[in-house]
Amino acid sequence: MELLVASAVGALTAGGVYLILRLRAFAVILGLALLSYAVNIFLFSTGRLAVGKPPVLDGYTVSDFAAYTDPLPQALVLTAIVISFGMTAVLVMFALGAYLEAGDDKVDMDGPDQPDRQIAATTPQDPESDGITFSFAPKERDA
Amino acid sequence: MFSENGLLPIIAILPFLGALFPGLMIRAGRNACASFTAIPTVLALVLLASLAPGVMGGTVYRAEIMWLPQLQLSASFFLDGLGLLFAFMILGVGLLITLYARFYLSSKDPMGQFYTYLLLFQGAMLGIVLSDNILLLLIFWELTSLSSFLLIGYWKHLPEGRQGARMALTITGAGGLAMIGGMLILGEIVGSYQLTDILAAGDQIKANAWYAPAVILILLGAFTKSAQFPFHFWLPHAMAAPTPVSAYLHSATMVKAGVFLMARMWPALAGTDLWFYVVASVGLVTMVLGAIIALFKDDLKALLAFSTVSHLGLLTMLLGFGTPEAAIAAVFHIINHLTFKAALFMTAGIVDHETGTRDIKRLGGLAKVMPITAAIGTVAALSMAGFPLFNGFLSKEAMLHEASHTSWWENPWIVGALATLGALFSVAYSLRFIFHVFAGPVRDDYPAKPHDPGFGMWAAPAFLCIFVIAIGIAPFLATPVVKMAAEAVTGEDLSFYFKIWHGVNTALLMSVAAIIGGVILLVAHRPLERLWAAMPRPEAKTIFDSLITATQHGMRWLTGILHQGAISRYLAIFVAATVALGLIAFSGGAMGPETRDLTPVPPVAFVGWVLLMAAVAMVVLFHRMRFRALVVIGVIGLMISVGFVYLSAPDLALTQISVETVTILLLLLALHFLPKQSPYESGPTRRAGDATLAVIAGVAAAALAFSFMMRDFSTISDYHLANSKSGGGGTNVVNVILVDFRGYDTYGEIIVLGIAGLCIFALMESLLNGPAGRKLRKAEFGPDRSRDRHPLMMVVATRVMLPIALMVGVYIFLRGHNQPGGGFVAGLIFSIALLMQYMASGFAWTIRRQRIEYHALIGFGVVIAGLTGVGSWLAGRPFLTSNFGYFEIPPIEEFELATAMLFDLGVFLCVLGAVMLMLHSLSRLARHAGETVNNEPMDYDPSRSVQASSSTGMGA
Repeated sequence: MELLVASAVGALTAGGVYLILRLRAFAVILGLALLSYAVNIFLFSTGRLAVGKPPVLDGYTVSDFAAYTDPLPQALVLTAIVISFGMTAVLVMFALGAYLEAGDDKVDMDGPDQPDRQIAATTPQDPESDGITFSFAPKERDA
Repeated sequence: MFSENGLLPIIAILPFLGALFPGLMIRAGRNACASFTAIPTVLALVLLASLAPGVMGGTVYRAEIMWLPQLQLSASFFLDGLGLLFAFMILGVGLLITLYARFYLSSKDPMGQFYTYLLLFQGAMLGIVLSDNILLLLIFWELTSLSSFLLIGYWKHLPEGRQGARMALTITGAGGLAMIGGMLILGEIVGSYQLTDILAAGDQIKANAWYAPAVILILLGAFTKSAQFPFHFWLPHAMAAPTPVSAYLHSATMVKAGVFLMARMWPALAGTDLWFYVVASVGLVTMVLGAIIALFKDDLKALLAFSTVSHLGLLTMLLGFGTPEAAIAAVFHIINHLTFKAALFMTAGIVDHETGTRDIKRLGGLAKVMPITAAIGTVAALSMAGFPLFNGFLSKEAMLHEASHTSWWENPWIVGALATLGALFSVAYSLRFIFHVFAGPVRDDYPAKPHDPGFGMWAAPAFLCIFVIAIGIAPFLATPVVKMAAEAVTGEDLSFYFKIWHGVNTALLMSVAAIIGGVILLVAHRPLERLWAAMPRPEAKTIFDSLITATQHGMRWLTGILHQGAISRYLAIFVAATVALGLIAFSGGAMGPETRDLTPVPPVAFVGWVLLMAAVAMVVLFHRMRFRALVVIGVIGLMISVGFVYLSAPDLALTQISVETVTILLLLLALHFLPKQSPYESGPTRRAGDATLAVIAGVAAAALAFSFMMRDFSTISDYHLANSKSGGGGTNVVNVILVDFRGYDTYGEIIVLGIAGLCIFALMESLLNGPAGRKLRKAEFGPDRSRDRHPLMMVVATRVMLPIALMVGVYIFLRGHNQPGGGFVAGLIFSIALLMQYMASGFAWTIRRQRIEYHALIGFGVVIAGLTGVGSWLAGRPFLTSNFGYFEIPPIEEFELATAMLFDLGVFLCVLGAVMLMLHSLSRLARHAGETVNNEPMDYDPSRSVQASSSTGMGA
């Protein structure tokens, strides 16, 4: 069982790292989600694996400590799961905001202290427009 | 009242306290400002004077305030002869400069600022001379550099002022950095950072192998501060400062700080060959070079600046000789140089102020129109030249005497000869100051009409000239002071006396030769000047500027390589560095052998594992088809929560599955507005590189997790298990840990979650009110959108499910203390149930029926959790101590209630509010993007069409 859990941690880490090195925001978000799964499983597994020993006491006192798995890593991971959701949401907000402002969802900037891309010249009728329009129509069938 | 030792910190801090006032008092006028600047100086002088008799009698006062014992930094002060001399110099000249500056600064100059900087500098300089701890000395040293920077750049509108300030700060700062290194080495050699200990350990230091590096570094600091060759070039550029600043800092006090340091460190460092050859040679070269350059400068202040450089070289050389007689001569010259140089600078300032120019070529004949100024200037300049009956003569004689008795590498002539050369040139430029500025016929083309200034301006230099003449005529007046200071420098008892006439000895002959030569040089000034201008001379400022520009280019290149704004590169470096660190830690060999056995794998678990791995592979391979990837991620989360169930973590399973659901909802919402596919961007090499890094990181993580799981460990959770029911009142140990044992952590965590929700709300607000919002309103949507946006079946199902889901949520919340559940899970269940309404009936429809603000939920949650904690204060217990009791309400059987449930309620409300706020904010995008608002909850309501058809009869 330890091999399965360890290999799951490894696979999730590998997948997460690969995805966060991608150049588009959505892939980075997915990668971070995978990495947080990996970290949560890893933290949980530091309590060592135990089957059928949930840390729910069945009496007033504890006679045998070995009858329960370690509850402390579980408590830590519980808040970690909830807070990493919060972090994912903030990250999604950033990605959306960046996309809507800049018109593309690349994560890399073009160069140090340089603006992102050449923005089209302003049209005379709308001095605020910068040539970015949005279309939420799918480009191809996303079968 | 105050012990005498206790006066020392007061004296040190008085100028700093006084620096608070000029900025305020300027509103009451310039006189008030100047008076309030003078007050702390006068106070410090009075206190110092009260200590003076003791110091002259040989007592050394000490005061120590422990500051950072771990760093051995204590605010300790001590006052001995040398410190007393310098302190009097600093405070005395400071007082005179305060008076002088009051009349020198024009009405346009911000006087409050000026006096504030001046007092800051004064305090810092005083700190240098009074401090007993070398770390404290370093702090004050850097403070003088900083305040000097502020003062040099006082006239911010002048570019040469700004550049001069920058140059001074760079050079002195670099020297200060070197000095820090040297001081630390010294402290390590001696084992203590107290100056008195270091000064007593001179032999130990000089015998140590680290003596040479320490000396070189400390000398670097001293040479940069005192403008010795080759660091001398910043001082003339610092002349862009107002003349009071030049008179105070760059002739009398700050540049003497390096000399002071060498004098202070004399018992510890001087006397060796290294010291002699380095210090004396640098001093000699500086003295001669500075004097030569000074002769050919046309700007009055530049002439005086280079002459200061030359005299500082003289002092350095004397301190380098390493003999007590040279130390006496050095101390004497410090006093004399102070008097005549400050007077000369102030005179130059008066000339500049009255005639409007500092250019010697445009001056001449001022003696008739400005007699008082001319008299003061002549007296001071003659002393600088070293004419008899002025104090400069005495110290120059002493210097020449020492120089003629010093041999440099077995050559007894060269030091004397070069010293005479230096004296020669100094006679020349001093006489030039007198004759080319004051003597001669009155001109008619001065830029302004020159006349003698008011008493306020010439009072200060005149006062100094009194000393010049008095010490020159009656040198025994100065003997006690010099004796006191020189004994502090050398650490031994000295007896000497100054005489004007020592008989015809070598020194006198050298002086006469110098005077004759100087007069010749003055007479032959014009042709010499043409010769000088024709010679190629390195221009220090251009060298300095090109060095700085080259460094800037190098740094820009380096930044361009490391920081191109490519976050993927930063992340790759981060991952690689983390893996490397892990490998280093692993190779340390501290890992023990495996102690546990592998647990068996039932087939169901194996199937789940296969699904998980397949899903991960699919996400990675198909991440470009974003929608597909999103679906598969749901599978991963599901498998993980199943794994939690199997591995005895029911709370975690519940949390994971509900968070998974909400995350998918969130990502779906985001994907609606993002492109549905990623283009092929990174080439195969890049992908291969990333894949390699990812595989390495994955293998490392797997190995780490495996090695953890195969080794035993000791845990502290036996305590939690034992006290969960008896102390916390609950059998669900995980929940009791969260809300009771580690309640404070959870409190912080719900606050963080609330902040994240509020951040998203605020970001969305600003996004929608900006250009992105305007663009969204003009967005187009695809033609193939679902016509069935609010399907009947979904609406009815979710509507019916809502109360059931809410009841389940309440149940999970109530049972959380004893069974898997709790505030976190309940909050998530509630939010999922509510989100389903958004999905089914649309944003606008649901918003119109929302009664409770989500911000309020977050707030209430945090407040309730906080009040639960505060409530335990009322019982006299620490924050968040929980209590529980058993209640019996018929017909319900006895049940247990804990105050932790209130805390859990706070958690629940906060989680609910935060999650709802997040998704609510994100779904506003859809509303903003011009989606139509539906008034009906569902698209097709069969009950209405039946009504319609029945009301119109057999409607067709």
